[in-house]
Amino acid sequence: MQILINQVATELSTVSNAITLSEILIQINPTPPFAIAKNGVFIPKKDYPQTEIIDQDQLEIISPVTGG
Amino acid sequence: MSSQTNITPTTFSLYGQTFSSRIFLGTSRYPSPQILVEALHIAQPAMITASLRRQGANPEPISSGFWEIIKELKIPILPNTAGCHRPEEVMQIAHMSREVFATDWIKLELIGDDYTLQPDTIQLVPTAQQLIREGFKVLPYCTEDLVVCQRLVDVGCQAIMPWAAPIGTGKGPNNPYALQVLRERLQVPMIIDAGLGKPSHACQVMEWGYDAVLLNTAVALATHPVRMAEAFAQAVLAGRNAFEAGQMNEHHQAKASTPTLGTPFWHQAESSK
Repeated sequence: MQILINQVATELSTVSNAITLSEILIQINPTPPFAIAKNGVFIPKKDYPQTEIIDQDQLEIISPVTGG
Repeated sequence: MSSQTNITPTTFSLYGQTFSSRIFLGTSRYPSPQILVEALHIAQPAMITASLRRQGANPEPISSGFWEIIKELKIPILPNTAGCHRPEEVMQIAHMSREVFATDWIKLELIGDDYTLQPDTIQLVPTAQQLIREGFKVLPYCTEDLVVCQRLVDVGCQAIMPWAAPIGTGKGPNNPYALQVLRERLQVPMIIDAGLGKPSHACQVMEWGYDAVLLNTAVALATHPVRMAEAFAQAVLAGRNAFEAGQMNEHHQAKASTPTLGTPFWHQAESSK
């Protein structure tokens, strides 16, 4: 299965056509703290285990940076 | 003789939270993390601004360890929605900020023009309203337009942040008349955000009665950012003290400060003729 993570095509190893966001995070191990949007919509942390990701979904993983 | 002068200006409140500092600082564009930290220590800002970007995408050297730096400072964080051009983007970023920074504060930036970074004043009001409905404490970056600012207050903004000039220009107050009228007309706390270049700019707007200033570039890009941070903090304090002290009225005609009564040789030249 291939998805876009921060605009980069990423291959994920899956046994089915869908995978939960929690399972993806175990694979890609982003640096905390972060927040995630799936296809442009914010996904709260509590919803990670129930959020299904399918082929061609787009994830944005964002973290704190300096700001004005 | 005289009582001790209290030079600490009064505090002010935003959404029920009291702040003793009247300077808000951005955290971008500093030469190094160490200089950022020193500038913040010396300016003692009420809040510092931060943003969210894709992991690994920000080239600024500070960003890699930014979270660790700001966590240790224990200064309240004001997340911004910088770079958003659509209300939908603002809403998503606001929610993501709330989760990452664990705060309801949000500096609402909704850009309408890329050249001037002027806020989209048409979309700003409904977007602020939506954020407030969803429990955010909204500080909207806006222009000095009186009616837009009034509408922001009408939809529940308990403070507003008009620009002095476009972000990063350092031009200082572009429209002194409108900014002064705005200050007179609206009673909510107002923070001048963006466009300040020199401490005298900050002092000027504080003399007009603005409650605080928010700046970034003027400090970060100074030759000596830490000294400039201190200069701005002093200017903000001076301006606020001046406002609270009450300024004299201007006069057209000169009036000597030194008493004329008893002046030696007064009119002697004329009387000896």
